[in-house]
Amino acid sequence: MDDFGKLEEISKGIRRDVLTMLNKAGSGHSGGSLSVTDILVALYFGGIMKYDPQRPDWEDRDRLVLSKGHACPALYAVLAEAGFFDKQLLWTLRQLGSPLQGHPDSKKLPGIEASTGSLGNGISQAVGMSLAAKVLHKRYNVFCIIGDGEMQEGLVYEALMAAAHYKLSNLTVIVDNNGLQIDGQCRDVMNIYPIKEKFEAFNFRTYEISGHSYKNLIDTLTTAKRNVVSPTAIIARTVKGMGVSFMSNRVEYHGVAPSDTELAKALEELR
Amino acid sequence: MEKKATREAYGKALVEIGKDKRVVVLDADLSGSTKSAEFKKTYPDRFFNIGIAESNMVDIAAGMALSGLKPYASSFAVFITGRAFEPVRQSICYQNLHVVLCGSHSGISVGEDGGSHQSVADIALMRSLPNMKVVVPADYNEAFAVVSATMDMEGPVYIRTSRAKSPLITNKPSFEIGKAEVLKKGSDATLIACGMMSYIALEAAKLLKKDNINVEVINSPSVKPLDEDTIYNSAKKTQRVFTFEEHSIIGGLGSAVCEFLSENLPVYTIKTGLEDVFGESGTKDDLFCKFGFTKESFAKKIKDKLYG
Ligand SMILES: Cc1ncc(C[n+]2csc(CCOP(=O)(O)OP(=O)(O)O)c2C)c(N)n1
Ligand SMILES: [Mg+2]
Repeated sequence: MDDFGKLEEISKGIRRDVLTMLNKAGSGHSGGSLSVTDILVALYFGGIMKYDPQRPDWEDRDRLVLSKGHACPALYAVLAEAGFFDKQLLWTLRQLGSPLQGHPDSKKLPGIEASTGSLGNGISQAVGMSLAAKVLHKRYNVFCIIGDGEMQEGLVYEALMAAAHYKLSNLTVIVDNNGLQIDGQCRDVMNIYPIKEKFEAFNFRTYEISGHSYKNLIDTLTTAKRNVVSPTAIIARTVKGMGVSFMSNRVEYHGVAPSDTELAKALEELR
Repeated sequence: MEKKATREAYGKALVEIGKDKRVVVLDADLSGSTKSAEFKKTYPDRFFNIGIAESNMVDIAAGMALSGLKPYASSFAVFITGRAFEPVRQSICYQNLHVVLCGSHSGISVGEDGGSHQSVADIALMRSLPNMKVVVPADYNEAFAVVSATMDMEGPVYIRTSRAKSPLITNKPSFEIGKAEVLKKGSDATLIACGMMSYIALEAAKLLKKDNINVEVINSPSVKPLDEDTIYNSAKKTQRVFTFEEHSIIGGLGSAVCEFLSENLPVYTIKTGLEDVFGESGTKDDLFCKFGFTKESFAKKIKDKLYG
């Protein structure tokens, strides 16, 4: 099996974990967790990010901020797979007392770099982390994943402006461009397009790729790390609900967990 | 007992008042959750989904109000009062515009989404702004009456609704701002509550009755302005006041009651709410247990404070 094949195997397992967690929890965000899975797998298992699960506070680690915090089941499953905590914790998602909160909580779970969930706040925190690296003469990279619907928040543009202004070449913003939000297609609710031109206008070096192709993801993320002149934006075209036929591109599965029968069907597809 | 969520009343009432062509409804990608989508179905031309941009939505509503429309804008309570606080302050309240803001999914009964999504300070934020009126309906019926009544109000109004269903305990056909309702008469203590807590306070009163403790229960949806007369008269009689709300004990209904009583009738007043903490993930029932929002916990607290 080649390296990409291995990543695909890992991502299947992550998707199975995500759906099982959500089913056990009885609520949560299926669609956006599945669309972001391959991006996270590429970052954590594709040799892009530098981290040590034994030392989650290691100063020189690369940082990942999931600004679209509602997709945290995917991040939790990835962090467990990477060894940040015991996988059994996954099955406590959203329960009273669990460190796996409905939205990521940096005080409760190792590997969570910033508490997010209120859209728009994560990307500005990522800018702060990137700026801190400059102040502290550190060489770590910061990756921030935002939703395409999230791009409707004005805060996002304040963050982009600051990132370019301070030439934060250690920052890579990845847009999970699945085309959907809660009330429908981003295009219909409040048109966010064109996306690429927006980032370019803010002086980001910008790439548009498939967010489900490991070759594309790893090539582009590697190039982003080498960029020393400006922040990078990667617009990753994705499918909301990726990997599960009946959830793919279906807005109804934004904030709904799979039922028992849906889970069985999904796990069958993800064998 | 029949149960319904107050947010459902928001949607239903919007459709009613939508007969007035000046009514426009705005949402920020949560129209299915806040229930403003009901209005969209009936009056698509007067519904505006601004996208995930709460600040923009509130300022747009201000501009619409300045141009003769009657805007109703909704999102989760945490976002419409938090993210959009500045627009609410500068554009809506400072200009005393008649804009109705509805914050749904308030308090910890939001449940599993967790602390980032549970508003614990929205009443405090809205109550602190000059001109703003703050209403926390106890049930579906009251919420429906509140939304209808806003048509004849002036200036800004904040309505706080809930995601979870709760029993119907009121049945007044109309709502008057600044008025509270005595749900149960009593003389040993005064219980003042709003939102879902009014039902739990009533149930706690039933438990106390078994121990021959006879408390008065007041439903006070109008947190600002407060019904000072009703509260004064009851507190004068009982000399002991307990407040209950699904909100921080800082700045909410309890604070409003204390601010009024301390200057007018300084009596022993105990606040129940979130003790200066954020919420967290869990089912609504688990969270209500953990934070002491059950009839048993209310009753015990009252007994302990009165006779402990
Ligand atoms: C400030 C804020 N407003 C509203 C919400 C509610 N909300 C959660 S997810 C979501 C839609 C997000 O769409 P998108 O960014 O495209 O995410 P994805 O499609 O990847 O799930 C909304 C409106 C929120 N979390 N934060
Ligand atoms: Mg999207």
